[in-house]
This record gives sequence, structure tokens and C-alpha cells, in this order.
Amino acid sequence: MNLAVNIGGIFMKNPVATASGTFGYGGEYADFIDLNKLGAIVTKGITLLPRGGNPVPRIVETPSGMLNSIGLENPGVEVVLEKYLPYLRGFDVPVIINIAGDTIDDYVRLAATLEGVQGVSGLEINISCPNVKKGGLAFGSDPESAAEVISEIRGVTALPLIAKLSPNVTSIARVAERVADAGADAVSLINTLTGMSIDIRKRKPVLANIVGGLSGPAIRPVAVRAVWQVYQAVSIPIIGMGGITCARDALEFIMAGATGVAVGMASFVNPRTTIEVLEGIEAFMKENGIEDVAELIGSAHKN
Amino acid sequence: MFNSKYEIEENYQVFPGHYLMAFKSLDIARTALPGQFLHIRCYQGTEPILRRPLSIHSINKEKNLVYILYRVCGRGTGLLSGMKAGEMLDVLGPLGNGFTMPKNDEKIVLMGGGIGAAPLFFLLEEIKTHFDKRIDKVSVFLGAANSDLIVGKEKINKMGFSGYYATDDGSSGFKGTVIDLFETIWTEGSPDRIYACGPSPMFRSLAEAADKNARIEVSVEEHMGCGLGVCLSCVCKVAGPGTSTENAHICVDGPVFDLRKIIF
Ligand SMILES: Cc1cc2nc3c(=O)[nH]c(=O)nc-3n(C[C@H](O)[C@H](O)[C@H](O)COP(=O)(O)OP(=O)(O)OC[C@H]3O[C@@H](n4cnc5c(N)ncnc54)[C@H](O)[C@@H]3O)c2cc1C
Ligand SMILES: Cc1cc2nc3c(=O)[nH]c(=O)nc-3n(C[C@H](O)[C@H](O)[C@H](O)COP(=O)(O)O)c2cc1C
Ligand code: FES
Repeated sequence: MNLAVNIGGIFMKNPVATASGTFGYGGEYADFIDLNKLGAIVTKGITLLPRGGNPVPRIVETPSGMLNSIGLENPGVEVVLEKYLPYLRGFDVPVIINIAGDTIDDYVRLAATLEGVQGVSGLEINISCPNVKKGGLAFGSDPESAAEVISEIRGVTALPLIAKLSPNVTSIARVAERVADAGADAVSLINTLTGMSIDIRKRKPVLANIVGGLSGPAIRPVAVRAVWQVYQAVSIPIIGMGGITCARDALEFIMAGATGVAVGMASFVNPRTTIEVLEGIEAFMKENGIEDVAELIGSAHKN
Repeated sequence: MFNSKYEIEENYQVFPGHYLMAFKSLDIARTALPGQFLHIRCYQGTEPILRRPLSIHSINKEKNLVYILYRVCGRGTGLLSGMKAGEMLDVLGPLGNGFTMPKNDEKIVLMGGGIGAAPLFFLLEEIKTHFDKRIDKVSVFLGAANSDLIVGKEKINKMGFSGYYATDDGSSGFKGTVIDLFETIWTEGSPDRIYACGPSPMFRSLAEAADKNARIEVSVEEHMGCGLGVCLSCVCKVAGPGTSTENAHICVDGPVFDLRKIIF
């Protein structure tokens, strides 16, 4: 049985990755799962300089999901390379670094810093963070500026580039087309949907940042639809995510057209979700006599 | 740190709106430290989806029973209160850093406001185990809205500690907050160590009321996602080197902090 997939030059032994910001820098979950079994580890979003993030409360539970407004808290690229990457190099798993910036120049400098660094298999470009004032979603919400960020980064690195797309746009397929033209090797979708929640007792927004990004099973149908549309629009591989809690959920994404899948906030609830998703996909393939996971990718378009 | 399902031994209402639950876990009973907490899944489906952080209230090491004491205040704790003996409870823990243990000759004060008192009992158990001869040096101050809601009065007496009680409505003991009570009756010079659990306004008044020489350890609450230092939701600002401030993450760096390091 073959589970291996190729995400734009990143060879994964199976399709199951972690979603940025929900798996730290890897080590936090090593007590619960064998990291070597993962298809890929995607790190928390990092920036050139350290960031403190937003004030608390930063999260609130919502129906079958949560809103977060972390605001890209991270120790900056230097610390990540010194403190966390050496640990991740000890595993036989591709490491994808998620990067973010306020300006195109930030993204370019980050990508250049990560170019040629041992143990970095690819970059995921976060042009879809709803929780920062500058950059992030400002780039991802317009197909042309999204393409500009990707093509500038393309100019400084040979690493596989995965553009992480936002659902908070008029046409996610259009953004995918433009970033593919600009040199992205793959796309990952979806980042969180902007939302908010009000504390009716205090008569004010729950999150200190007022708005946050919605994740969890609540967004899964939106994410599956996005993967379906992007699969029809571009030929580069897709990593699908949004509310995956089990193999059944992941298979929806794969059948909609995702080559890889990523588990996000479900890891907070069940630290073993990634491995259970993988085992469930294997069981599904066995039951249905499927030899290669490639047979399932986009299969819902054929029926 | 473990994530497993453990069998519930008992779960019942101890006073209005407050429940005591025990579950059997050799893992947690053997490894947990006072002040650490558990991240509990109250429902196996996705609504409500997040785990709920609850302190370890007490541990029976002979029977490997772990106790939580919780106030029903929403959907998660509501579902928890409906669970029955024999059902399995999905627990992640023990998590975080607990209290540091006192030194042998220290004068100790414990303060709990409302349900915040829950984790103090595990600490009292450990103090009793390790400092049995010096329990006269330990004073416990508890406060609650009314006399029905004071946590564990009998237990404090039974263990041999001196307990002092305050209620907001004056229905028993002193009328006012625990801090007011402490300031009113404490005459023995500065305690060496104060352990406090409760709502954050209580910490602010404690910082003002207590002697500068006392070491004060408090347990802090914030909304939590992962409980493992991953999601970065549970931030508490603390003093860093020099005049700088830095982000501590309550689930891994706390929930217990040195009060004087916290920036309000
Ligand atoms: C380290 C720690 C230890 C705690 N120990 C205890 C304890 O021993 N006994 C006890 O009764 N309570 C304790 N709490 C508070 C307890 O976590 C909340 O009362 C509980 O999460 C409420 O859940 P709910 O579904 O009933 O309420 P809802 O209001 O429906 O919860 C909605 C969301 O808000 C979160 N939330 C609500 N109130 C709090 C709070 N005060 N702190 C953190 N998150 C909150 C919930 O976890 C959930 O994600 C502790 C909190 C922390 C952080
Ligand atoms: C707490 C939290 C932090 C996140 N941080 C990032 C981040 O730093 N960069 C990023 O590209 N996406 C981030 N995301 C988005 C996730 O990677 C993912 O796209 C989204 O949560 C949908 O997946 P889910 O529903 O399975 O969680 C974060 C999500 C959560 C819940
Ligand atoms: S709860 Fe996720 S970092 Fe503390």
C-alpha cells in the first residue's frame, strides 16, 4: 500500500501534516505520538524579529470550534533556528517553516535566511493571518498582491514554496491561480475565517483583539468547498485543512482534491489526532482495496 | 504527563452548584504535584469542543484516587456534573508547574477565595505529610460569598490546621474578603510564605496587603486551548531581565507564579 505523496518537491511518507500554530515546534507533542510517523511538521508562524502577540483573552470557544487572536507570538527566526530546529532535525520528517511578515521585504529576508538551512524542507507562506494589523491577510486577500509576495520570495529561494490561502476572499480559486503563476509549488488551505464573539453580560467583545480567526469542525464545509474549487483551478498540489478531527474528515479533503491534509486545533483536544487520522486512512484504503492514496486524491470530481 | 481515560469513582454535589469528583489514576496519583492542573474533556463530541482546565484538589495515594472540586458555571462543567461513577473520564495531565514546597521553619499562610481554594487542599496534604510536626506554623484563610460555599472547613480541622473564614454576607465568620480578614487578625509579623488562589482582583489587593519580605505564590487562570504550551492563548505578562516584560504561558510556566513577578 502506498501512502507517500509529493507536495511540490517535499516528499512526505504519508499525507498527514500538522497545521501551523497548532503543533508548536514539534516537541510539545512527542510525549503522545511518534513524530517520525508524521507526513510533515509545519511550525508555528515565525517572523524576522520576536513578537509578543495580542493581549488576552486570545481565544474563545464557539460552536464546534474556537476563535483565536494570538497575533503571531513567536521568538523570531534566529531563536527558532537555534533552539527548535536542531531538535526537529533528529526526526525523519520534513519540516516546513511557516513564515509571516509586515512587508514584502520581511518575507523576502526571512526566506533568504532560511535558504540552505539544514533541516528545512520547505516554506509555507502565511499571507492569510487575520490577527495582525499589517501584512498577513492584507496580502492574501488580493490575488495580485498575493502573487507579488510569492514571486518576490521565489526570487531568493529554491525551497519548495507553499502559499497558505485565506477563505476571507471573493474567489480563493483566483488567488490560487495567481500564486501558482507566481511560482508557488503548492497551496495550503484554509487559514481561519474572521469572526467575533460578544460577552452579553459585559456587553463587549470577548477577545481583547475584538476579532479572531475561526477554526475547528465548524469551518470544515467551507474548507472542503475551497479545496474543491482550487483543485479545479490549479494543477499544483493542495494541503487541505480546517476542522479535521478523524480520518473520515481527512478523506473528504483528499477526495475534494487535497494531496496532503493538516490537523489543526483537533490536536488540542486529542493530542493523538494526527496518528489516528493516518491509521484511519490506512484502514479505509485496506477496506476498499486501494493500493495508492493517489487514487483517492480528487476522486469526488470523477464520480 | 499522560493522556488517558480513567474510571470515575464518584461524582456528587458537595454544596450548591459545586461538585467533587474522584477518578482512579495510578499515573496521576504517583506523579502530580500540588498546584498542577488537569485538562479534562467533558464531552467526546465536538460541541463543546475544548478541554477544561481544573486543578487537582486532592490525591489519595493509597487508593490512587485523584479528586477535582469544581463549580458548575457553563456547558463543560455542567456536562461533567452529569457524569456517573463507572464512566470513563478523558484526562490530560498533570500539567504545569505547581507550588514550591516551604522550608521547614517557615511561617506559612494559605489563602483561598471561593472555588479558588480547590488546589490548596492538595498542598495542605503534602505539607502535612512532609512537615507534620510543624503544622502549627500553617494558617489557612478561606473566603466565600456565604457560609454554604466555604470549601472544606471540616477537612482543615481534621488535618489539624488552623482555619479562619470570611464571607461576603457575614453569614458565618468574618464579614468581608479573605484579605480583609487576614489584615484584621494577623498579628504575628510577616509570614515567610503565602500561597493564594482565587480571582485576580484578590491578587492585586494581596500584593498591597502583604509584607514585602513574604514570598507569595499565586495560581493564575486564563482561557486555555492546548494546555501544552502550543497554542499560546494563555499568556500572563511577567517581569523579564532588567525592566523588560515577557510572555509567560500559564499552562506550562504556571499556573503558579511568584506574585511579585506578575505584571497586572
Ligand atoms: C489552571 C486552572 C485551574 C482551574 N481550577 C479550577 C478548579 O479546581 N475548580 C473550578 O471550579 N474551576 C477551576 N478553573 C476554572 C475552570 O477552568 C472554568 O470554570 C471552566 O473551564 C468553565 O467551563 P464551562 O464549560 O463550565 O464554562 P463556559 O463558560 O461554558 O466555558 C467556555 C470557555 O471558557 C473557558 N473558561 C470559562 N471560565 C474560565 C476560567 N475561569 N478559567 C479558564 N477558562 C475558563 C472554558 O474553559 C471554555 O473554553 C481553573 C482554571 C484554570 C486556568
Ligand atoms: C491557536 C491557533 C494558532 C494558529 N497560528 C497560525 C500561524 O501561526 N500561521 C498560520 O499560517 N496559521 C495558523 N493557524 C491556522 C491553522 O494552521 C489552520 O489553518 C486553521 O486552524 C484551520 O484548521 P483547524 O480547523 O483544523 O484548526 C492557527 C490556528 C490556531 C487555532
Ligand atoms: S493553553 Fe495552549 S499555550 Fe497554554
